[in-house]
This record gives sequence, C-alpha cells and structure tokens, in this order.
Amino acid sequence: MADPHAGERPHASERPGIAKAPTGIHGLDEITGGGLPQGRPTLVCGSAGCGKTLLAMEFLIRGIREFDEPGVFFSFEETAQELAENVRSLGFDLDDLAAHGKIAVEHIRIERDEFEATGEFDLEGLFIRLGLAIDTVGAKRVVLDTVETLFGGLANEAVVRSELRRLFRWLKDRGVTAVITAERGDRSLTRQGLEEYVSDCVILLDHRVNDQTSIRRLRIVKYRGSSHGTNEYPFLIDASGFSVLPLTSLGLDNLASVERLSTGIERLDAMLGGGPFRGTSVLLSGTAGTGKSSIAAHFAEASCRRGERCLYYSFEESPSQILRNMRSIGLDLAPWVEQGLLSFVSVRPTLYGLEMHLATMHKHILAVDPKLVVIDPISNFITAGSAREAHTMLLRLVDFLKTRQTTAVFVSLTSGGGAIEATEQNISSLIDTWILLRDIELGGERNRGLHVLKSRGTAHSNQVREFVLTAQGVEFRDVYVGPEGVLTGSMRLAQEARERAEAEARQQKIASKRRELDHKRHALEAQLAALRTGFEIAQEELELLIATREAAGQQVLDDRTDMANSRRADNGTPDAGGSGTWAMAPAIAASASDSSGDET
Amino acid sequence: MSGEDDAPAAAEAVPDHEVWEFYLYVAGQRPRSVKAVENLKRMCEEHLAGRYRIEVIDLLKDPRLAKEYEIVAIPTLVRKLPEPMRRVIGDLSNFEKALSRLELRVIKD
Repeated sequence: MADPHAGERPHASERPGIAKAPTGIHGLDEITGGGLPQGRPTLVCGSAGCGKTLLAMEFLIRGIREFDEPGVFFSFEETAQELAENVRSLGFDLDDLAAHGKIAVEHIRIERDEFEATGEFDLEGLFIRLGLAIDTVGAKRVVLDTVETLFGGLANEAVVRSELRRLFRWLKDRGVTAVITAERGDRSLTRQGLEEYVSDCVILLDHRVNDQTSIRRLRIVKYRGSSHGTNEYPFLIDASGFSVLPLTSLGLDNLASVERLSTGIERLDAMLGGGPFRGTSVLLSGTAGTGKSSIAAHFAEASCRRGERCLYYSFEESPSQILRNMRSIGLDLAPWVEQGLLSFVSVRPTLYGLEMHLATMHKHILAVDPKLVVIDPISNFITAGSAREAHTMLLRLVDFLKTRQTTAVFVSLTSGGGAIEATEQNISSLIDTWILLRDIELGGERNRGLHVLKSRGTAHSNQVREFVLTAQGVEFRDVYVGPEGVLTGSMRLAQEARERAEAEARQQKIASKRRELDHKRHALEAQLAALRTGFEIAQEELELLIATREAAGQQVLDDRTDMANSRRADNGTPDAGGSGTWAMAPAIAASASDSSGDET
Repeated sequence: MSGEDDAPAAAEAVPDHEVWEFYLYVAGQRPRSVKAVENLKRMCEEHLAGRYRIEVIDLLKDPRLAKEYEIVAIPTLVRKLPEPMRRVIGDLSNFEKALSRLELRVIKD
C-alpha cells in the first residue's frame, strides 16, 4: 500500500534531551514532537473500541516498514489470527511480516479458572516469553495489549501489581520502545491505575457519540521531558489506518505570499486592492440567494484560467447542477472539468462526523494538490457538529491549507435577520478576507449588495456595491447613496432618472434666463441706437441752419456785387440794399453743400 | 530431573491410563521453584504413590517451551494425564487448593 503521508515525515526530536521513536502515524508525530519516548514504555489508555489496539499495531508495523525496527506484539485478548485478520483490511499483512522475521505476534491466554494460585508465584513465564520474542526478531518495539487482562485472570492482585512494575522496569532495561494499552477507568485514566507505573508518556484515546456521530479524540496526558500538544486532537480510523489531525503545525510559521490572485471579477479585484493574497482564506458569507456560489464559481474559474487546479467542495449541489447553474450566468466550467483543472467533490456533510470530513479533505487535497479550494458551504459543517467543533475543524483546515499555500474560499450561509457579522464572529479570526453579501430589500424588491468586511494587509474599499447576475457573469454597479439612503435595483434606476430630470430642469432654467438677458440687451441696444439717431438728426439740422445762414450772407454779397456791376459802380462802394432777397434760393443749395464739404 | 528418580519404578506396576503425568514449569533454581518441586513430590507420594510421573521444565534453559503450554506464571503445574489437562499456578503450598484443582482428593475418596 502506498503511504499517503510519506511526504510529511516529522522532524526529529527538537530537544537533544530525549530520544524519540517516530510512530509514522499521520499527525501523531507532529503533536508529540517526533514520536514516543525511545526505549521507554508509553501507556495508551481508552475505553473499549476506541482504537488502542490499532494505534499500537500501527506503531509496530510502521516501525518495521518505515524505520526498520522489528517489533513484538503480545496480545492478551485477541489471538494472532484474529489480529492478522483485523489489520488486513488496513493493508497490513502480519503473516508476511512474521514470515520475514520482522514481527512476532503472540497471544497470551489468561483464563481465570486455571489461574487459581496454590501458593506464591510470579510472572516470570511472561518475561521469558517476551524476552525470547524480542531476541528472536531483534525487536526495538514492543506492544502489550491489554496487559490489564492479567488482573482479571490472576486472583492475586498484589502479585500482578508488583510484577507489572517489574515488567515496565524490565522493558526499560531492555531498551525497547514499548506501548502498553489499558482500559479507561471510571475515575482514573486506567482501571488498574497503571499510569502509576508508566510515567514517561501517557496518551488518552476517547470515543464518544454525539448526536449519532462518532467522534474520536486523542490527548497526550503526559510526556515527561518533552513539549507536546496538550489539546484534544480528533483522530480517525479509516481504510489507511490511524490518523491524528493536529490542530496546527504548532506555530504559525507559514510564509506569507505577496502575490494577489484575481477573483475573476474585475471590480471585486479593485475593491480588494488587486485581489486576495495567494494562500489566504476568503469567506463569502450571506443569506440565501445572495449570490455566494456565483462569486465562488468566479474564483474557481479564474483559478482554472490561470492554469491552477481547483478543488470545489459542494455540499448542497451536485456537480452537474453547479455546471448548469453557472452556465446560466455565463460561466462555463465544463471545459475546466474536462481538462482536469477543476474537480468537484459532492457529499452531504451530515453523513460523516467532522473528523472524517477533515481527514477525507486532507486526503483529497494531498492527492489533487489544488491551488484553490472552494468549500460551499462551510455552514453545513456546523450542522454536522457543534459550533465549537466546527471552529476547530475549520482552524485545522485553514492551517493545513495555509501551510500548503493553497488559497481557500469558504462560502457561509447565514440565517436571515440579526447581525450577520456577529453570527460568524467565531470564525472571523481564521479568515483573511471577508466578503459580505447581503440582500438589500427596498421598494418591493430584493437586490444583491456586497461589501468587504475585512481584508488583512489590504487597503480595501469600504463601499457597498450592488452586483447583478447577468448572462455574462457577475457585474458590479455603484449603489446610489444619497439623502434617501442606499438605493439599489429599480429604486436606484428611478432615483437616477429623477436626478437626470432635475438636472435637465435646472439646465432649462438657466437657458431661459440667458435668453431673457439677451433680450434685455437687445432692447437696450435698440434704445441706444434710437437716441443716437435723434442726436444725429438734431446735429444735422443745426449744421444745415448754419450753412444756410452763411450761404444767405454770401448771396447778399454777390447780389450786391452784381447789382453794383450792373450799375457800374466801383468796388469800393458796395451797396447793401434790401432788394436782393428774391435771388437767394439757388445760391443757398450751393453754398450749403460747400460748407458741409469744408467742414468734414 | 529430581522427580524422575523414584517415580518411574513405581509407575511400572500400574497400567498406563492410571499414571498421572505432571509437567512442572520453573525458572532456574529459585527458592519458589525448589519449594514447588518439593510440594509436588510430597503430594504425589501421599496420593499417587507409584502412579505418577513428574517432569520439571526449566524455562531458563529452554524458553521456547513456555509457549507450548502458554505459561505466564511461574511456577505452573500442568497435569497432562489424565485428560483433560489441568493447570495450577503457585508453589503448591496450599495443599487443599492444589489437591482440589488436581482432583486428587476425589480419587482418594
């Protein structure tokens, strides 16, 4: 079987103080900081059916396969045959490993009625058998599952106790890394208080059923001489064995990319200062029908367009449904699916517990290696578990994606009414860019509004935009913001028309004023012209008068000269008489024209 | 071993199916093991004189034998014959318990 986690081999022990034996179990080495204490016993306790045996078995088998450390499995409950059958379904072939001398599986049968003591005894027989098995395969790892059965089989508890104490010391002396399993007690970690004897490392497994969903948890109760994760970690058992889901990789040391990714919607990119950063998480939240999936589909399409694989989790719609719906807004995703750039995973989240989901997602993501993961919607996880559990699950998922530099788009359906921002407060801290979609209900219609609630590391737009789903995809419109509030849809259109009309009216008013003024100016000019004309006429009259007078004077003089001539009078005696007036008229015209000509 | 010195001579006198056969598993010559051997012999002499065989098996000498009869506790006495097999653990200091477990008292009565 190919190991899906081969690329995630944990780091060696971070402290030189304590040597660790890696378990090879996915996630466990991460939270133990490298594995179980080497050469020392570790106690794994938990109630029946919680996976103790499997954890122990996997520890041995992975030890053989991945670290070349042969192992011994002493089973106090199941026979070697039963064990082999149980783990075969997980791809482990015990018989084969045994044939190669890598593993020794031995069943220690304890039957109560045969073990009535007739006197003093010890468990040297167990030591001898264990010693022989260890020597036979050269074991570095030993499992005792479940050693407490001895208490049930052997009446003399005091002997069993002292012998177990001796056994754990003996295991230490042999230098084998041992896993001892024990049943969970009512008030103590183990029914028989084995934690008193095994004090180096204690791991507690828990299996509960909440609302018909099984939840498995692992916690490291104690790890002497080593730092370790102290939380409860979900784990699961599936076709490839045991895997623990670390909460974080014990630190937020993932690289922050400065590359911005297009959302596939130009104006949304602009609102986000170019788009969200690569490897960050984007939350699209809103009530039903606000267009969340459509925007998510744009993200996916943009990713495929860049030639980057996208994994689309659809928990409400089947892939064909999404393809059809997106085609209606002009997004044809089918070619990307054909090219293998876009893969859909459709399953109802309530079918599995959260851990199962997270683990399957891990596997998908490892297999597909996408650059963008869309989860539509995450709100369904909340129905699969409590809000708290959903939160931790998301946290794990976000961290996992971040360490892989995979951009995540989460779609969240919020219930109508109430403060949308508040209901998702609990996941806000995980999200780098939060785009809020909302219905804007006005004037008897609902329209879609969008704004960026937050975007880490980005001077994002603070504006509410209206967006419209057209046959060519999502388009953004500026919403009308005025004294009437935010207007969208036909209200916005109406308001815009009203504004246009008002502007026109104002324009016309100005034009008419202008005309009026022109008119007045014309009138004024006409008046001025009339006045000037009157003045000119008066002036002409005056000049005519003057000219007439002069002409008349000359005529008199001429007449007198003529008369004198006719009378043969000499020049020295002009005679100015009143008789000459009758010949005046023709002379006036001539002299008047002369005089006016002289004047000018 | 120590138990074989006197037992075979007595055993010859009785039919095979009446011979009681015991394996006593010990680990070295520790006081508890020595005591168990002594107790077993005494018991057999008292109740099965001439009708018993005892084999003392030292697991330190051959550890592989421990698996065959699934020995965990030391000492462990296995009554191989008569069938069915019976096992008793402890150094047999508690005679009453040992006899009842081995069903020796029934025979005597």
